[in-house]
Amino acid sequence: MIAERAPAPSASAEGAFRSPRAPLLSMRHVDKVFGGDVVALRDMNLDVRDGDFISLLGPSGCGKSTALRLIADLIHPTSGRIVWDVEKTPGALSVVLQEPTLMPWATVADNVWLPFRLQGKSRASVDDKIAEALNLVGLEEVHDAYPRALSGGMKMRVSIARALVTHPKLILMDEPFAALDEITRFKLNDDLLALKRAIGCTVIFVTHSVFESVFLSERVVIMAARPGRVIRELAVDAPYPRTDDFRTSQEYAMQCRAVSDALKEAMGEGDDLH
Amino acid sequence: MTFIDQAASTSAPEIDVEEAARARRRRAEKIGQWVLPVLVIVATIVAWDRIVVWNELPHYILPGPGRVLQALIEDWPLLFQSLLVTLQITMGALAIAVIGGVGLAVLFTQSRWIEMSFFPYAVILQVTPIVAIAPLIFIYVDSKIAGLLICAWLVAFFPILSNTTLGLSSADHNLRDLFKVYGASRWQRLRYLQLPSALPYFLGGLRIAGGLSLIGAVVAEYVAGSGGIGSGLAFRILEAGYRLNIPRMFAALFLIALTGVIIFACLSLISHLALRKWHESAIKRET
Repeated sequence: MIAERAPAPSASAEGAFRSPRAPLLSMRHVDKVFGGDVVALRDMNLDVRDGDFISLLGPSGCGKSTALRLIADLIHPTSGRIVWDVEKTPGALSVVLQEPTLMPWATVADNVWLPFRLQGKSRASVDDKIAEALNLVGLEEVHDAYPRALSGGMKMRVSIARALVTHPKLILMDEPFAALDEITRFKLNDDLLALKRAIGCTVIFVTHSVFESVFLSERVVIMAARPGRVIRELAVDAPYPRTDDFRTSQEYAMQCRAVSDALKEAMGEGDDLH
Repeated sequence: MTFIDQAASTSAPEIDVEEAARARRRRAEKIGQWVLPVLVIVATIVAWDRIVVWNELPHYILPGPGRVLQALIEDWPLLFQSLLVTLQITMGALAIAVIGGVGLAVLFTQSRWIEMSFFPYAVILQVTPIVAIAPLIFIYVDSKIAGLLICAWLVAFFPILSNTTLGLSSADHNLRDLFKVYGASRWQRLRYLQLPSALPYFLGGLRIAGGLSLIGAVVAEYVAGSGGIGSGLAFRILEAGYRLNIPRMFAALFLIALTGVIIFACLSLISHLALRKWHESAIKRET
């Protein structure tokens, strides 16, 4: 299965990942060219199944954010197709960006209300869902506060609550924790896994941290730059729930090593081509 | 650990000498903020009075402050009528400038084509001196009130238009993406994203426009120039000038300046109230 998805020949061997899960969406031979000559992404194939946690990992300029924006339908493929296997209802897709991206003029609860508000739902009719989402990220206390009063980590939690509030099928996360300190990042990584279990959604997570990608995901898609492309896909064979024990385990270290080696190889290839 | 905790909790921290000095300086600065301008004004009035008295200046050359105050009191019914007229024109023009400026700005951001077609005209109207256009307006517009309104509006609307246009198009691009992902309609994006983003810019433009609409009203009155009932403060100044009633000129001038200050203060207060919950400009921080 891996061999089908990953274009690099070396990708066939390890971690044959099989899953009974239903398909959610797939990218087929997707290319994205900016401004006529900048190839941001070349021939990307990706199968996403319901309940997956996939990380897109690579150096800057490898097209991982471009891939995410393509899936979010914010930009359109130059060629190739992105096919949804399920009906894309309003609220089925959520994004969390690197910046918390909150509306500074709205309270925390009103920020979380946004996806529903844009569906035309009144605040009163979704108050319980907003409370539930804020509860899940541990921010029920501050629902009346304005974003400026919150710390960076709390703002990101609000951003996550806003993404969760509609119980989406798929959440796209674009380096959401990159700007946070390590203590906060570890905590939010733990929380994210717990939230994913609670909601039962699919996550595609863009990161440039090997450790983060291995800790969080079931599959790590390794990408290279110039031109942006998928080099290989690795499965992380460790059961959930993953806790602090996993973070300090031998197994985790070995998985990180494997991903790190693959990434080095990918970056080496990228430089050769340049 | 516990010992340290207890020691810290029983006695309040001793205030550092330097910190106390800083606190004193802050207090002095706070008082000075109000006291100094008042002192300067009092000193100026006293100096003005002394210059008039010592040089025995006649009141038709330079009236003393007492004489101006007397004119203000004696001519109050006349001046107050005129003040109401000027205020009416100023507020009317400002209201139309807000509606027209914001309306045009919204149109501009909804369609690049409209912006490209009409923005040059807005600039031309803005850079042409109002005194040059005003006589033409009074030729073609029969109603004097309407003519005055048009003149004042022409001066006042541009800062609102340009500031609001800037504000509407400077909404956070990440939030724009987010709105797109959540399927926001054009109207929803305007209502929930662009208008709130533009609010601080609009309020900045409004403060400038408030002063400008007063200037526009005064200039237009000069040009319109007709007397009788319904004449504003600027006409009173002209009229008093012809009659060498200099104290009344000063009294009317004082009222115009006071009106401008009050308009600015009111608009600043509105701006502060609208932004105090979230915008940097309205939030006090300990420095």
